[in-house]
This record gives sequence, structure tokens and C-alpha cells, in this order.
Amino acid sequence: MTSANEVRETLLLVEHLTMRFGGLTAVHDLSFDAYSREITAIIGPNGAGKTTVFNCLTGFYKPSVGRLIMHVDGEALLLERMDGFRIARQAGIARTFQNMRLFAGMTVLENLIVAQHNLLMSASVFSIAGLFGLPRYRSAERAAIERARHWLDKVGLIERADSTAGTLPYGAQRRLEIARALCTGPALLCLDEPAAGLNPRESAELNELLLAIRAEERIGILLIEHDMSVVMGISDHIIVLDYGRKIADGTPAEVRADPNVIKAYLGEDELEKLPETTAADIALAADRK
Amino acid sequence: MTAASGLAVEKEALATLDWAALLKDAVLAALVATLLALPLVGFQTYDIGGGALGIRTHFDWVATAAAAVFAGRLALHLRQRLRRGGERHGETLFARLGAWGNRRALPITLVGIAFAVALPLLPFSSRYLIDLGTTVLIYVMLGWGLNVVVGLAGLLDLGYVAFYAVGAYTFALLARDLGLTFWQALPFSGLVAASFGVILGLPVLRLRGDYLAIVTLGFGEIIRIVLLNWSPVTGGPNGISDIPRPSFFGLPFARSAPEGATTFHQFFGLEFSPAQRVTYIYFVILALALVTNLFTSRLRTLPIGRAWEALREDEVACRALGINPTNVKLSAFGIGAMLGGFAGCFFATRQGFISPESFTFIESATILAIVVLGGMGSQMGVVLAAILLVTLPEFGRAFAEFRMLIFGAAMVAIMVWRPRGLLAHREPSLRLRARRSAAR
Repeated sequence: MTSANEVRETLLLVEHLTMRFGGLTAVHDLSFDAYSREITAIIGPNGAGKTTVFNCLTGFYKPSVGRLIMHVDGEALLLERMDGFRIARQAGIARTFQNMRLFAGMTVLENLIVAQHNLLMSASVFSIAGLFGLPRYRSAERAAIERARHWLDKVGLIERADSTAGTLPYGAQRRLEIARALCTGPALLCLDEPAAGLNPRESAELNELLLAIRAEERIGILLIEHDMSVVMGISDHIIVLDYGRKIADGTPAEVRADPNVIKAYLGEDELEKLPETTAADIALAADRK
Repeated sequence: MTAASGLAVEKEALATLDWAALLKDAVLAALVATLLALPLVGFQTYDIGGGALGIRTHFDWVATAAAAVFAGRLALHLRQRLRRGGERHGETLFARLGAWGNRRALPITLVGIAFAVALPLLPFSSRYLIDLGTTVLIYVMLGWGLNVVVGLAGLLDLGYVAFYAVGAYTFALLARDLGLTFWQALPFSGLVAASFGVILGLPVLRLRGDYLAIVTLGFGEIIRIVLLNWSPVTGGPNGISDIPRPSFFGLPFARSAPEGATTFHQFFGLEFSPAQRVTYIYFVILALALVTNLFTSRLRTLPIGRAWEALREDEVACRALGINPTNVKLSAFGIGAMLGGFAGCFFATRQGFISPESFTFIESATILAIVVLGGMGSQMGVVLAAILLVTLPEFGRAFAEFRMLIFGAAMVAIMVWRPRGLLAHREPSLRLRARRSAAR
């Protein structure tokens, strides 16, 4: 939660986002905001269009309709007009993937150094300064390793820095992917189901990590998640999607009590049979995998 | 497991063997071998005088081939069954060799370079051996160049020989029309080849894997066919001859100097010998190859090299991290092509004559085989594979017509024992631990 003496800083403005694939409308007229130093969660049943929203934000899809505005250093960037790699580079949006996309054959440290490619590339001046090992490049490389070390410490992978990324256990790979995204120095971190496949202990560690990032860094977090212990525990506000439409938007408590949400998760008939207070909890528990 | 129990297991395995199935399998394999061997080794044409040809039959050879395949197939299966379903026991010779090579990478490299430098001075050295060494080094250099594209960036390129051709023809044309020497033309060869690399890279940016392979294969053929048909410029199938030889800081290697010039042997007061030029050419390619190695291994530890490898691992993730895949791919194609162009320039000056015949698909295939056989991305592996691929057919000359058969068998054997290449070990481009201990 943002403390009272701090002004909420709008990071991302999504306005009337619609994404159609042929006759299928995956996302319909979605508008929401995300703020710096806040965790915004997008939840919804399978096929609700959550990942499509991410893909629009990060330039993998071009939205059919709508505006995506990212505020970076007082400048408003229109994401729907940018190439995917420019969104990461200039708008400072980093993401992870639902089914992890690590550089499996490279070491953990190399994964994090690749994430700082643009910084190092400009320091190496078309690789010339790098080829001759000029001090300018060497100090940039040292700084990059230092940053990698910082995040490795945070996600608890410092001991595995020189192991091949593909050989890490599943939970560690998930954490590495988050660390890699953070190494790009993002303003907005988009996490696509970071807790998928984690055991309860790992899931709790993930909560702590995300809370620490929110507390210490000037980063906004956008989260897609099925694990309700993660979503309800750490989100500042939650957006609920169903069939591509937004059906609720608010704090975890508000969303939990929203009849539309319960309907979407359990179906109309079930709702009538249950007392209202428990219905939402059951619905959300049912979604937990 | 004790010896006794091991023996018991073996006996048990033998008892449960399905001999009928094994024999059937071996007979089938022998049948296939007979069918293949009949046209390949069964008949031989020979000159019966007066320009007419007669046919000689070699059914004994066919029988030998069939018997060898029968026995080999049976032995292979028996071995697998006895090892309980083909389970691998222990390490193969190559695996141990590879591990040893990785542990002692630096001394082996130094010894290898020392040997390469000393080769022409060794007592058993001959003109033939130096020539062979030169050929090996050309392939080593080409392998290192292609390694950037295939091994590091993971872009399967079946038309690499096109850049080799572009480099060679660039030098040949510059020498013929503008009178440039080898050293003057070398940078241009690289530059022109690099531009061709980028030109090839542009249309294939969206392609991966098989599709990319097909387009690059086509590109290689296009270049060759253009060279073949653009007679006014390239001389068509006749090629370009009288390409100047490299000079030693302006001193030519010739028996008698052209007017007003000093030859190499006059300058140093030596007897003239054609071996001097051959040796010098050998040292030129050795230097070029070493520079190539230094260049590519340095690039690998730079952001650009890591981006190549990241692209090979996952292009989508690269984009999500703000890496422009277009630049990364084009730089890989461009730099790989440039190195091929340098090698081509050297090839032209070494041969003194080039024609499209030197740049057929089989060359591309050989270079790719060197990279794959060596172990994708491994610099040492390329050297090993190049030596193997070039010298094996040479040593096979003693076996005359069975030379390529032995070559093929060796390839199959290597791929069976080392499916990921001879030296399939990836050294990280940087480490956290090493840095720590160095700082202390």
C-alpha cells in the first residue's frame, strides 16, 4: 500500500485496449492503470485474456484498438507504436514468461549479463572498445557483474552463479527469470504466473521477494497469477478479467466481495446455493491449482 | 558388481537372447548392403584399348561387404543386449579425451600453436605436408568463421561457401583490373563478403531452422551460378587465372625479379627454391587463422557474442530484454561472412587460379561438417575436426577406391560415439568465482 505522505505515481495507462484474432476478441475494451511502487494483479479464469494483455504491453502483439501509455521520466510513450525490443529498452518494461524462457545453455551469471546488453553494448562502442579491453568497457562490465551479483543475492542464487541455467531446479529457474528481468533496470516488471509450479514454501519466498522489490525499488509490478495466496497476500490492487472483459477492479478486499467475480469463477447456479461471505473464498480457492 | 555376478548376468542375458530375430535383422542388413554394394563396387569399367570400355565384375567384393555388414550388425546388437538394453557403461575414449582437453585447454593450445609454427622446419616436413597443412588451416579458418553463425548465433547456414567465393573473386578482380596486391586487397575481400553477408541476412531475418537452411543453400547456389554465367566479368567456367602471389613486405617469391625489384631470395642472399613460397603461404594462413581465432574468441566474451548465444537459446526472450534481434543476426552474418571472405582471398592467392568449380555445395557441407563434428561453438573442436576431415581422405589414398567409404564410416562412427561433436563443452564467457579469486 502506498503510504499517505507519498503521491501515487502513475506508470502505465491502458485505455480501451481491444485485441482481436480474426473473429475472436481476446481482450475487449480494457482500461486500467498501474502505479510505481505498487503491485497490480490481473486475475481471471483460464482463457480470460491475461497473457494477451501482457503480449500487447510488451509489443508481441499490436493491439487492434486502444492506447497504452507508459510514463518514463516525465515522458509519455505510446507502446502500441513501438517494437517489442524498444519497449524493453526505452519504456523500461521487463517481463517474464508463463513457461519460462531462460537462456538454458548459458550460465546464471551470463543470463543476467545478457539482460544488460544495451548498456554494455554502448560501452563497448560497436565492440571496438571491448575488443581492445579499454578501461571504459571494463568498468562497465564490472558494474554489470556487480548489478547481477546484487540481484543474485536478492533471489538467493549467488551460489549457483556459474552453473548452467538449464540445470537449476524449477523454482530457482523461476527466480532467475525474475532476476534477469530486473537486471534490465525496468520501471515496470510484468510477471506472467511467477508462482506456477512452486511449492508453498517457494511461493511464500516469492511473496517476500516481490514485497522487497516494491519496498526498495522504484518499480511497479504487474502480476498475472493463479495462486491466490500470492495475489491476495501482496497485491495493492486487482483487476479481474473474464472472457476478455474487465469485471472488477479494486483492492483485494473489494474484489473478494464482488458478486461478479464469484459468478465468473463458480457460475451463476452455484452462487445462489452458497451464503455470500464464503462464496468468494471458495471460488478463489477453486482457482488455486 | 563382482566379476562372478557380472558373468551370471551375462549368461542370463545370453540365454534370453532372441537369436532368430537377431539373425533376421543381420540378414536384412546384409541384404541392403548387397543391394548397395552391387552397383557401387560390383562392377568396374576398364579400358580395353582403342578407347572402348569393358566391364569387370567384383562379386567377391560384394560378398565381403555383405559378410562384413552381417557380422558387424550381429556384433553390434549382441553388445547392446549384453549391456542390458544398450545402456552406456563408463566413458568412451572420446569422452575421456574431451574431458582431458577441457582441463588442459591452455597447454594443449600452446603446444598446438608451437607445432603449427615449427611444422615447416621439422625434419620429416615436406612440400606435400606443408601444402596439406595449408589446406587444413584454410578449413580451420573457415570453420571458425562459420562457427560464429552456426555455433554461436545458431543460424544454420548451408551456403557459407558463397562468402568464400565472394572473397576470392573480389581479390581476383581487384588484382586483374586494378593491380592490387594480396595485402592491399585483403581488407576489401572481407568488406565485400561482409556486405554480402548482410544482404543475405536481411531477407532471412524472420526465418529459423530448416527454412533458413534452405534459403542459405539457395544463396550459395545463386552466387556460384552468377559466377559461372557472368562471363565478361568473372570469366565464366574458365575462371580467373594469374592471380598474384603474396609478397613478403613487397619482396616477391620468384626465380628472377621483374625489372627494378628484388626477390625474396636475392634480398636474403638465399638459393631460390619454390619451397620458400609454399612455406611463406603456410605462415600467412597460420597467422590469418590465429587472428581469426583471437578475434572470434574475444567477441564471444563481449556483449555482442553473448547476444549471439542468447539469440541461439531464445529469440523471444532476447526481444523481451530489449535486444534488437535484427542487429544481432546481421552482425553474426556479417562477421561470419567477413571471415569467410578473408579465407577466400587467401585461397585465391594460394591457388593462383579460381573458377566456380572450387565453390560448390560440397565445400559448404564440409565446412558445416567441421563445425558440427567439432562440437558446436567449440574453437578447439573445429581444429580437430578440420584436421580429421582434410587428412582422413589424404591418408586414405593408400586404399584407392575405398577412400571415401572409409571416410564415411569414420563420420558415422564419430556421430555414434560423440553425437554432440568431438569437444562439446561450453566454457562460460565470464565467471563470478574466477573474478573473486583474481581480486584477492
